[in-house]
Amino acid sequence: MNQWRAAWESIKYRSMHHGLSVILLAFSTGLILLLLHSRNSFENSFKKNIKSIDMVVGAKGSPLQIILGSVYHIDPPTGNIPLAEFEKLERNPLVEEAVPLSYGDNYRSWRIVGTDTNYARWYDMDLKEGRNFNKSLEVVLGAAVAEATGLQIGDKFESAHGLEEESDEHHHHHPFKVVGIYSASGTVLDELILTPTATLWTVHHQEGPKEITAGLIRFKSPMANIMLPRMVNERTPMQAALPAIEVNRLFSLADSFLKFLNLLAYVLIAVAALSIFLALFQGLKDDEPQFAFLRAIGSPPRKILHFIWIKGFFLGLFSFLLALALNFVAFYFIGQLVSPAYQIKTAEIFWSLNTLYTFFGLFLVVAVASALPAWHAYRINIIKTLARA
Amino acid sequence: MVLQSSELKFSYPNTTSFHFPDIELMEGETALLLGPSGSGKSTMLNLLAGLLPLQSGQVRIKNEDFTQLNERQKEKFRALNLGLVFQRSFFLPYLSLEQNLLLSGSYQGKKVSQERVQSLFEDLQIAHLAQKRPNECSQGEQQRASIARALIQEPALILADEPSSALDDRNADKVADLLLSVCANSNSSLLVVTHDQRLKGLITKSYSL
Repeated sequence: MNQWRAAWESIKYRSMHHGLSVILLAFSTGLILLLLHSRNSFENSFKKNIKSIDMVVGAKGSPLQIILGSVYHIDPPTGNIPLAEFEKLERNPLVEEAVPLSYGDNYRSWRIVGTDTNYARWYDMDLKEGRNFNKSLEVVLGAAVAEATGLQIGDKFESAHGLEEESDEHHHHHPFKVVGIYSASGTVLDELILTPTATLWTVHHQEGPKEITAGLIRFKSPMANIMLPRMVNERTPMQAALPAIEVNRLFSLADSFLKFLNLLAYVLIAVAALSIFLALFQGLKDDEPQFAFLRAIGSPPRKILHFIWIKGFFLGLFSFLLALALNFVAFYFIGQLVSPAYQIKTAEIFWSLNTLYTFFGLFLVVAVASALPAWHAYRINIIKTLARA
Repeated sequence: MVLQSSELKFSYPNTTSFHFPDIELMEGETALLLGPSGSGKSTMLNLLAGLLPLQSGQVRIKNEDFTQLNERQKEKFRALNLGLVFQRSFFLPYLSLEQNLLLSGSYQGKKVSQERVQSLFEDLQIAHLAQKRPNECSQGEQQRASIARALIQEPALILADEPSSALDDRNADKVADLLLSVCANSNSSLLVVTHDQRLKGLITKSYSL
């Protein structure tokens, strides 16, 4: 009979009391883990998707909306821009390369984006099957799209107008043909259907001057950062947006919300620590005569102190495991809601530094919560306690 | 000589002071320490066990003046040479009787085997209760397990403080009989501190307070 087993039996014996403390601590720790991980993966996936896009041009409107729409494909476009303006900008000596984007149609809510083959090259996309598009109405599917729709090479489908699928939506009667499927890349392109820009002009029977939705620009030199946005905004009907700046703005907005949640988590942790303290102290009070007797028959006081610590260790360990489990569950459900490019892998939760820090942080909390009961156990007055019993 | 006390006096601040009789116990010898409640019986037991610091006089167990040792050495001495039985038993409620004995054995710094516990339980006729928790056993049964615990390290001396006072006549007799027989078997000396007159018939040598 070692004291690990005895401590474990003691926890089981008062399982309600200890279970409540564990649940409290697990929830608060779990919230902190969730915040740390979601913040990390949120930042990572946002940064990953910027690639080396230095500037985005779109119709006049909110720069943040232009970035969210054209880089992350989570917002509708601000409008259209004349193709001629885009082409003029592309020829600017400060521009290294530019990619046109046209969007506004969907197939079962998956966005169809008219562009050229450079777009996929910027994102280092590999073809898993088939080939790149080379004429109007040919499409290449992102991995997530292919998986969700079950479309194969050679399949045909019709698109719907708008970015979300709605039942009463009118369908365009121009069948698209799947010619290629990309391997998964972990970027937003996994969720797009790419087609030549000309496809959308065909589908919409566009007349008059040709238009696109937005353009992605890579600069030749850092100088362009200062010159080009101002030039675009002042001298063209387009609006320039710099992803780096807009994303930082978004992060600082999210930050204040996360800070509030963090504060809440720390308050919860304090409450949980108090409940661990009370559980251990109550347990000590219940066992005090027995401990005093054990001391009388020659047990060293440090053994009794260890007993309390071991109980604290168990409570901490269970809280941590439960917190991890809660995180897996939470991320599973979040994963069902957000697109694959923003999902977090369970392995990342398990092996991250944040998890390690949380582990040590939690044991620090438990050590503090058990310090007083352990000290009290160490100092038991044998004679007085036995006389009271 | 297993136990020898001389000139023991003790006074609590602002209250009574006690002057205790000198006690001598040979190996395997049994004696009663009789006295009404309030006469300082428990105080004397605590002095003999080294739980209270001596104010004057001397206590020698196995011819060793162990009360002069430091705390850590005193603990070790108590663990290996002294068995204690009190009026009530002190078992952790979430462990079986056997687990309780194994745990206190390991806490005393000298591990005891399951076989040792089992054979003591057999001697005390509670072998069938080894896996039961204390609250599943009667007071008399718990008291017998307490006696087993006191004997587990084969100590030279058992100090028993009112071991049968909380029991009814039938159980008191049984517990006293068993206590005497197991002490005799292991050749341990026994000092029973009590106001319980029922024990007088069983133990002839006695000291009074």
